[in-house]
Amino acid sequence: MVSSENRRKLLDISGEDVTSCYQCGKCSAGCAMAAMMDLLPHQVIRLVQLGQVEEALASRTIWLCASCLACSARCPRGVSLPNVMESLRVTLLRLGGRHLDPVRLPADVLENAPEQALVAGLRKYT
Amino acid sequence: MRTGVFVCWCGLNIGGVVDVPRVVQEISGYPGVARAVDYRYMCSDPGQQLIKDTIREERLDSVVIAACSPGMHEATFQTVAESGGVNPYRCEIANIREQCSWPHQNEPGKATRKAVELIRAAVEKVRGDEALSALSIPVTRRALVIGAGIAGMQAALDIAEAGHEVVLVERLPHIGGHMAQLSETFPTLDCSQCILTPKTSEVGRHPRIRLVTNSEVESVSGYVGNFTVRIRRRATYVNWDLCTGCGLCTEKCPSKTPSAFERGLAKEPAVTIAFPQAVPHKPVIRAEACRHLTSGKCGVCEKACPVGAIDFEQQDLLLEEKVGAIVVATGYDLHPKAKVGEYGYGVYPDVIDGLEFERLNSASGPTQGEIRRPSDGKVPKEVVFIQCVGSRDQENGYPYCSKICCMYTAKHARLYKHKVPDGQPYVFYMDIRAGGKGYEEFVQEATDEGVLYLRGRVARVFQDGDRLVVFGVDTLSGKKVEIHADMVVLATAIVPASGAKELARTLKLATDRYGFFSEAHPKLRPVESLTRGIYIAGCAQAPKDIPDTVTQAGSAAAKVLALFSAERLSHSPTVAAVDEELCSGCGVCVEACAYDARTLDVRRRVAVVNDVLCEGCGTCAVACPNGATRQKNMARSQVLSMIDAVVG
Repeated sequence: MVSSENRRKLLDISGEDVTSCYQCGKCSAGCAMAAMMDLLPHQVIRLVQLGQVEEALASRTIWLCASCLACSARCPRGVSLPNVMESLRVTLLRLGGRHLDPVRLPADVLENAPEQALVAGLRKYT
Repeated sequence: MRTGVFVCWCGLNIGGVVDVPRVVQEISGYPGVARAVDYRYMCSDPGQQLIKDTIREERLDSVVIAACSPGMHEATFQTVAESGGVNPYRCEIANIREQCSWPHQNEPGKATRKAVELIRAAVEKVRGDEALSALSIPVTRRALVIGAGIAGMQAALDIAEAGHEVVLVERLPHIGGHMAQLSETFPTLDCSQCILTPKTSEVGRHPRIRLVTNSEVESVSGYVGNFTVRIRRRATYVNWDLCTGCGLCTEKCPSKTPSAFERGLAKEPAVTIAFPQAVPHKPVIRAEACRHLTSGKCGVCEKACPVGAIDFEQQDLLLEEKVGAIVVATGYDLHPKAKVGEYGYGVYPDVIDGLEFERLNSASGPTQGEIRRPSDGKVPKEVVFIQCVGSRDQENGYPYCSKICCMYTAKHARLYKHKVPDGQPYVFYMDIRAGGKGYEEFVQEATDEGVLYLRGRVARVFQDGDRLVVFGVDTLSGKKVEIHADMVVLATAIVPASGAKELARTLKLATDRYGFFSEAHPKLRPVESLTRGIYIAGCAQAPKDIPDTVTQAGSAAAKVLALFSAERLSHSPTVAAVDEELCSGCGVCVEACAYDARTLDVRRRVAVVNDVLCEGCGTCAVACPNGATRQKNMARSQVLSMIDAVVG
């Protein structure tokens, strides 16, 4: 269902007004993670515009976004997609979920990953 | 004094907020008001008749119209007052719409009170108004047209055909503008040169058009009907009076450098005629490329010329022309290469812009009209066209739509397909804007002919071996797209021609933030500038296609001809005046005047007003330290009593 209420909730978290997006797709065209994503970045934005956030929340895309900012640097409408992705992740995390369980991290990751990467990962996913 | 007050309802615009009957009642008793009446639409014929009848019945000597902004109907009501027998400068407008009913829609009580106060102030002002008569100024019935692309040529031809002389100034050595670079034109695919050359040759031989090429306007002074223009004709180093245009010099010249006309895709000699159909068909020496002018050596052209026309000593020439009207038709440039880094524009030779594609496709171009890519001359089998490069991109370019790119990209893709039938053109687009006669049909034919449209933007273009990799997206399928192409054509944004901002300063014209010249009103005065006597045509005003440009040029010419239809023009007499007894000749007002309407008479040590240049803005009257400057019909006493009427 189309819902402007949902869109406003995300706006409160992200501060990004997605209504200015005109769906040119330049973000998706240049996204380094796009091959792994089930929804392309511009499709996530479209779902947020419509307030149909359930599908966006269920997608792998929001967790795959590496916040590299290639999309927002090129965006002709000045939308910072990483902020929107973060607001979607935060929405889920606030419900109590966590996307990364430190206990279940494979031993070789714990062994070899730089500490900074672990801290950043826990910040993003929990 | 017998003043009539006429309060307009403007339907519900005023009447829906302001209690008009109450306003009439309150103002009726105000000192000096002989009669106050209201009417639903004061600007209508019956409303105007009501004013005239009341003037006669009440023997009025002044009127106040309480209605919309003077910008809308001051002229209307001045004319009504005059035809009723009241001096038009004893007609004042109280703006109770834009300055009252519209902004105070939610407070009708206060709006009504404010309307009464505004009307009282207007009554006070009209009490002090002198009866004036309009100033009359002569008109020089000659026009200056700046820029000889299709816009400037059309305007010049229309004015000249109506019997007036035109000075047509062009920065380049030849006329024709960008249209001379185009191969074919949409939506009919007729050859650009074929439809352009009849115009260029007509301009070239017209007895009433004085063609001044290789020249720029340096300064403009004066005012409507009476401009003085100084034009710098840059040295061509070829005596065009002697030159027959045989072209021997261009054949012999050993110094070859990239040609601007060919967008750098071909080289041309230092002494050059840009293209075969150029008008005037005379060469110029490009000083920066000429061996003789840079190092004193060579001089081959001088020896080759059979008539001795080469003149290395030639100097710039300063010309002065007197004209009554000016048409600005300076055209456009394309978004600069350096600004499209992600597409490798300016880095990879096979990433080109639309005008470069036109040259590749032109029979007189660097490839004689065969589509061969710049890097290695190979016929490209996959070509990607990208629309909206710099356009519709507020963050990295310009927020506006360049208007013509959807159409010329469809044209390019089709022309490519006609010449390379086994090739595949792709077009990345965001929206297709094909509003125009035959335009939508033209785009549909492109898809019929095998042009593949992808709805989405491109993020990156990079070189991989001898191919270009294009990372794009097709938002309709929701898939990222990668295309390995042989050539990429960018539909880059249209921007104002270089030098337009400087010219705007010279002419004291307003531009928008991008440098396009501002029209006086976006809908109702689209070809007039805010300066009387100066008109705008073509892409100098905003991106537009050839049909729109020709239409606008004709319209600008019509405005010039209307100006030239009278021997004298009238000018508002509500200008500044100087009381020479009080003036100390300090010159503060001369500095303050934005219209160059003031000079200092050094001998008598007083300031002098040029009535015709004065716009009556009143800045000088405020600046004058000893009250010597007076704004006619806006005297200090008038202003003070207006304030009293509002706050008293």
